[in-house]
Amino acid sequence: MADTSFPGPLAGAAHAAPARTAVLNRFRLGNLLFLNLTRAAAVLVLVLLGGVMVALIEGAAPALREFGFGFVTSQSWNPVTEKFGALAPIYGTIVTSLIAMLIAVPVGLGIAIFLTELCPMPLRRPIGIAIELLAGIPSIIYGIWGLFVFAPFLQTTVQPFLISLFGPIPLLNAVFAGPPYGIGMLTAGLILAIMVLPFITSIARDVFSTVPPVLKEAAYGIGCTRWEVVKNVVLPFTRVGVIGGVMLGLGRALGETMAVTFVIGNAHKISASILAPGTTISATIANEFTEAVGDIYTSSLIALGLLLFVITFIVLAIARYMLLRLEMKGGK
Amino acid sequence: MKFKSLAVAAGMAIAALAMPAAARADISGAGASFPFPVYAKWADAWNRETGKKLNYQSIGSGGGIKQIRARTVTFGATDAPLKGPELEKDGLVQFPMVMGGIVPVINVEGVGSGELVLDGPTLAKIFLGDIKTWDDPAIKALNPDLKLPSSAIAVVRRSDGSGTTFNFTDYLGKVSPDWKEKVGSATAVEWPVGLGAKGNEGVAANVGQTKGSIGYVEYAYAKENNIAFARMKNKAGKVVSPEVTSFQAAAANADWSSAPGFGVILTDEPGDGSWPITAATFILMHKKPNDPAAAAEALQFFDWAFEKGGPMAEQLIYIPMPASVVKQVRDAWSAIVGPDGKPVAVAK
Repeated sequence: MADTSFPGPLAGAAHAAPARTAVLNRFRLGNLLFLNLTRAAAVLVLVLLGGVMVALIEGAAPALREFGFGFVTSQSWNPVTEKFGALAPIYGTIVTSLIAMLIAVPVGLGIAIFLTELCPMPLRRPIGIAIELLAGIPSIIYGIWGLFVFAPFLQTTVQPFLISLFGPIPLLNAVFAGPPYGIGMLTAGLILAIMVLPFITSIARDVFSTVPPVLKEAAYGIGCTRWEVVKNVVLPFTRVGVIGGVMLGLGRALGETMAVTFVIGNAHKISASILAPGTTISATIANEFTEAVGDIYTSSLIALGLLLFVITFIVLAIARYMLLRLEMKGGK
Repeated sequence: MKFKSLAVAAGMAIAALAMPAAARADISGAGASFPFPVYAKWADAWNRETGKKLNYQSIGSGGGIKQIRARTVTFGATDAPLKGPELEKDGLVQFPMVMGGIVPVINVEGVGSGELVLDGPTLAKIFLGDIKTWDDPAIKALNPDLKLPSSAIAVVRRSDGSGTTFNFTDYLGKVSPDWKEKVGSATAVEWPVGLGAKGNEGVAANVGQTKGSIGYVEYAYAKENNIAFARMKNKAGKVVSPEVTSFQAAAANADWSSAPGFGVILTDEPGDGSWPITAATFILMHKKPNDPAAAAEALQFFDWAFEKGGPMAEQLIYIPMPASVVKQVRDAWSAIVGPDGKPVAVAK
């Protein structure tokens, strides 16, 4: 709009009134057009969202009618007898995402803190770019790498070590029970951690760099250590942004399909051991949709999609709620 | 300025929409992934000979059945044959095109390809999770001379629905009442144990990676990937190796006219030389196709494949249909008619 030249107050004093009306009309028209264009864009998103919802519910209806609430509480997934339950994929989705977040959040925040507070200047850009490149790798590459390189490595080194380490400890020996396949929930969680790491890191780094230097300098001035500055100044100042980044990562972890399908083992089973094969909602859909014969089978897969939608929605709602509480606490 | 660039962008979008759709392939088919390598090879050779194009999408048997029902393709392909009433309902013609073998593949330390011998009930017990280690007495009894490790067996099976799974589970159901009762046979089943991998290539890769594993793949995948296979004890009690002759023996012993649409499943066939897990793959076409010209062309392709495709199929370790079956198939083609009620196929 900068190129729209407006005549100076003295330039055309004689024709001021009609010229001004024309200009004003043009502005009004432009404004109206702009308002409606942007509003249409916003409404489009709502319509799309609503359309997806309706299509999912409609597609899932036969399965939900057939199995009722049992669909989310049953572990059975039997295409032969057409008895379907979603508990195993739900469990796998949540556990793999949890493993991913347990690893990616501390590591990602650590990298961001290092990059903004501690890293020598010449190293900041290369490390930052490397992290962002990680985000650009297609998920199928992670899947192939996971299957051919990472899983055999885990099978021969890390997993036997974990099994023997936790073997004598009750409870933990069930969580790390063998045999080591190399493929399973832990491997999927680790791959997911690597995949969401760049999201968390780059967002955390960006918000950390928005902390006003004067705040940090003041803290250093009264004798705070680096750790105290990060803990008491940087993190509280940026927590909304950091939580946003974590949620973005979690969203990706929940929905990630191809990389997980390669390394999770695709077994419709709930095992106490995180070394055992499992499955996730999106992996199940990707694996079975093409060959799903029969209406109930297809409908059950769509119902799984609906569940993923609901789970993502719940996660986002919890995140909003947490942010709201933080803001209220901060206001006091 | 802004509006100008907007207008340009809009113009480009319209131009993109108005671009003609990609050139249409002459005939299209979709379905089973099991015969995809041989269909692709035939299509290529046929294209060089006649200049005609065939586009085959290897989307899986279930997808192939859906696509032909929806009439979006000229022919569908499936490994699990449809039953008579299903064919009637949709007005479909079904015939076998080519055969292959399914082999158990293993990755066991110290055991080479073809050294391990298994029989049906033992294989079923492994896939049921009843046999958990390689030095189980049941496996030892079949392999008295082999040194088997005590490591755990990692079962690898398909995670996607598949005709290979259909034939494999059908075999396990025939040889093990336990399997039939607990699991059953279908393109996808509720597996009691094991890791799921996508596609024949996924199972091959996983078995190649995972020590102590056993899986099942179409024979060509075992051969291409150099994975050790196991020999099997067949219905006659003889130990056979997976090879063209043993697959052919199984086909020769089958009674093709016994089922509508040639829907014979070739597992656990009698005969001393029969490989127990042999499978045929089938083509589905509409009796009254929307596009009779395309249907006629597809039939020309199949006719050509029966006539000249045999050696090419054998190169890829597929088994051509026996001549007697081909004759019956050609007779069955007369059921595919144009709008005038006349068969679209050129009479031989």
